Amino acid sequence: MDIYSRRLLANRIGIGLSMLAMFVGLIALLWILFTLFSKGFAALSWDFFTQDTPAPGTAGGGLRNSIIGSLMIIGVTTLVSTPIGILAGIYLAEFGETSKFASATRFVTDIMLSAPSIVIGLFVYALMVATLGGFSGWAGSVALSLIAIPVVVRTTENMLRLVPSSLREAAFAVGAPRWRVSINVTLRAVKAGVVTGVLLAIARVTGETAPLLFTALNNQFFSTNMSQPMGNLPVVIFQFAMSPYDNWISLAWGGALLIALLVLTINVGARIMFRSKGNL
Amino acid sequence: MTETSLSNQDVQPAEEVALKVRNLDFYYGNFKGLNNVSLDIARHRVTAFIGPSGCGKSTLLRTFNRMYDLYPGQRAVGEILFNGRNLLDRKQDVNLVRAKIGMVFQKPTPFPMTIYENIAFGIRLYERLSTSEMNDRVEWALRKAALWDEVKSKLQQSGLSLSGGQQQRLCIARAVAVRPEIVLLDEPTSALDPISTAKIEELVDELKSEYTIAIVTHNMQQAARISDYTAFMYLGDLVEFGVTDQLFIKPQKKQTEDYITGRFG
Repeated sequence: MDIYSRRLLANRIGIGLSMLAMFVGLIALLWILFTLFSKGFAALSWDFFTQDTPAPGTAGGGLRNSIIGSLMIIGVTTLVSTPIGILAGIYLAEFGETSKFASATRFVTDIMLSAPSIVIGLFVYALMVATLGGFSGWAGSVALSLIAIPVVVRTTENMLRLVPSSLREAAFAVGAPRWRVSINVTLRAVKAGVVTGVLLAIARVTGETAPLLFTALNNQFFSTNMSQPMGNLPVVIFQFAMSPYDNWISLAWGGALLIALLVLTINVGARIMFRSKGNL
Repeated sequence: MTETSLSNQDVQPAEEVALKVRNLDFYYGNFKGLNNVSLDIARHRVTAFIGPSGCGKSTLLRTFNRMYDLYPGQRAVGEILFNGRNLLDRKQDVNLVRAKIGMVFQKPTPFPMTIYENIAFGIRLYERLSTSEMNDRVEWALRKAALWDEVKSKLQQSGLSLSGGQQQRLCIARAVAVRPEIVLLDEPTSALDPISTAKIEELVDELKSEYTIAIVTHNMQQAARISDYTAFMYLGDLVEFGVTDQLFIKPQKKQTEDYITGRFG
């Protein structure tokens, strides 16, 4: 066999193997989605969104309290982690390029990115729940923020580093001070990328269960008091899925589908956002 | 301008001086990028810097507005006198320097904002103008850069939507808008097509009645066409500096002659 046909053969084998690997991954994903949709859709109904979680042994019920709880906890998380994350990212990319403090921050951020979320849950438990005397929605938001902030910091920094130095120099050349260059020019140039980072961070924390188990816990009743234990989708799914009651299990499927759709929407939104970055 | 003895046999422009450079050395870390450069830049004239790549012409230009300050490890030693003050002085506020000495770069660098905001951004940094004053100033700057007629109907569009040549004129308008005394042009046409290049050259000729212009170019014909004085640099040295016509027709140094006749570079 000559060199050329050997190369063709190697090429075919390579493509074949990667197709195989792709199918293995894809089949798992499609299987999960299929099961989720078929079991979850059955649970979605008017009651699902308007009734609260049912007591053990009672029929019907919905997830209203945990949907609202999740939205509030995630809302607070977004409000906390977006400014902190973006400002820290600006610091790392624009101000502290060479300082020791910046490289320490960068190192800690990287560790936080890969820290198991249960550790962060336990940390906030020790910090807020054990000392302040109870589980609360606030503690849940703090735990989720600790997960979201490093994601936002990293994307913001990486995005800002993509800004060509010529643009930065041009802004300095009209006599702009560094903070103005950062906020009005470079951050603006990568706005879409930074927003994408925030959206991905939100998507990431939406499904986090472990940190909430130790912090927001759960609440069977409707409550908008962030100082009290708060119902939330991931923990409800966790509890209901392992219960013996059929209606609970069905609600858990519905909740899982809801989270999946939410995360999917955010991800698709982030992609569309990033693609249309050409315009202002 | 006669009190300092010069290391290079310079032609001293017999006119008002905008920028006086004396014994300037420049270092990139341990590498010396400029050796003892001294020259005068004449007010309201075009001074061109030519020389092969890496000769230090851009480096020299970037000391005039202290652009090198952004990069740790780069430093300049010597004197650059502007309105009687040494720009290299540590106490000198660099932002004020850059507001007085504007710069246009090789690649067009419009800010990610509307055309209007691109111009207004720099003005707002140092002046508080009413809306109508600002509108007038923006129009004035765009007219100066011969861009007004092309963009007057789309001031609220992104600066990035313009063509390369228009973007570069937008950058010139942006530099002029803050009413600097000196405008530095760092190879402003090397990324442009011939027609845009011709427009920019025309513009330089008009701007010199009100501004002092220093331009780096590796296009010798361009230097010959648009400049009043030309400096030829090689390996960090200012080899020859003089009236453009004389330097091109009758260079004093062998190196200059070799370069402008295309024997090296």
